[in-house]
Amino acid sequence: MSVVLYRIDDRLIHGQVVVGWGQSVGAGFIALVDDEVRASDWEQELYRMGVPPSVEVEFASVAEAIGRVGAWEADPRRGIVLTSDIAGMAELCAGAPAVRKVNVGGIHYRSGRRERLRFVYLSDEEAGQLRRLAATGVSITAQDVPTAAPVPVERFA
Amino acid sequence: MSEPLRGVVFAHADLARALVGAVREIVGESAGLMAVSNAGGDRAALAQRLEEAVGGGPALVFADLAGGSCASVASAVARGRPGLRVVTGVNLPMLLEFAFHRDEGPDAAARRAALSGRAAVKEVGP
Repeated sequence: MSVVLYRIDDRLIHGQVVVGWGQSVGAGFIALVDDEVRASDWEQELYRMGVPPSVEVEFASVAEAIGRVGAWEADPRRGIVLTSDIAGMAELCAGAPAVRKVNVGGIHYRSGRRERLRFVYLSDEEAGQLRRLAATGVSITAQDVPTAAPVPVERFA
Repeated sequence: MSEPLRGVVFAHADLARALVGAVREIVGESAGLMAVSNAGGDRAALAQRLEEAVGGGPALVFADLAGGSCASVASAVARGRPGLRVVTGVNLPMLLEFAFHRDEGPDAAARRAALSGRAAVKEVGP
């Protein structure tokens, strides 16, 4: 069935992902792509907590993920691939052209960012990163939960 | 006598505030419970919010959804802090139980919360 959601979400695995999207799309695996979490056993344990046993969780660095996209896309289960930031997803897209569609799921307030949507705060630099990624042909929309309407990138970046 | 145990309810949207409000309604006071929402903020911001509520002493964090951001952030904050424990699946009965046993240490209180919370879930009806 392949990957049904490539998502940027600074909370990574949390309620919206496990329950909201996971249940809705019938996810069989979640790939958490993050260099820091990949290097930390206890953080991996933390993110595994609460994920139903029927959902496999895989951890990868961005570099590893680029090599794994082919396998994830060929996987008979439905999958969700997560990065915590735009830079990680942009790097993944650059290295793995099979990624054609990106969901901006949650980028919260931080100094230097301003509100673009209720759940998306971006600095000017980050907005530029998203526009550049979109210019490469990747379809980008913002959508926190499956029942919400997707917002095209032109409307928030 | 040592300081009574602090409790922090950490949950989605307005759930924590509502639960602590319900405890206040039943017990007559908030019984050392504070409410923290996960609305807005990345993981670092949520961790800071929780740490401010917990303070430096022994405390028990009541998170709502195992696997949710509250439980996950609380577990990260509690790592390496023996005086801080986390239980998930918060419900009103476990908070009421906590309200009357704040003289316990965090380990015993966490165990009591999990037991009382589970025991309170019953099928009712014919």
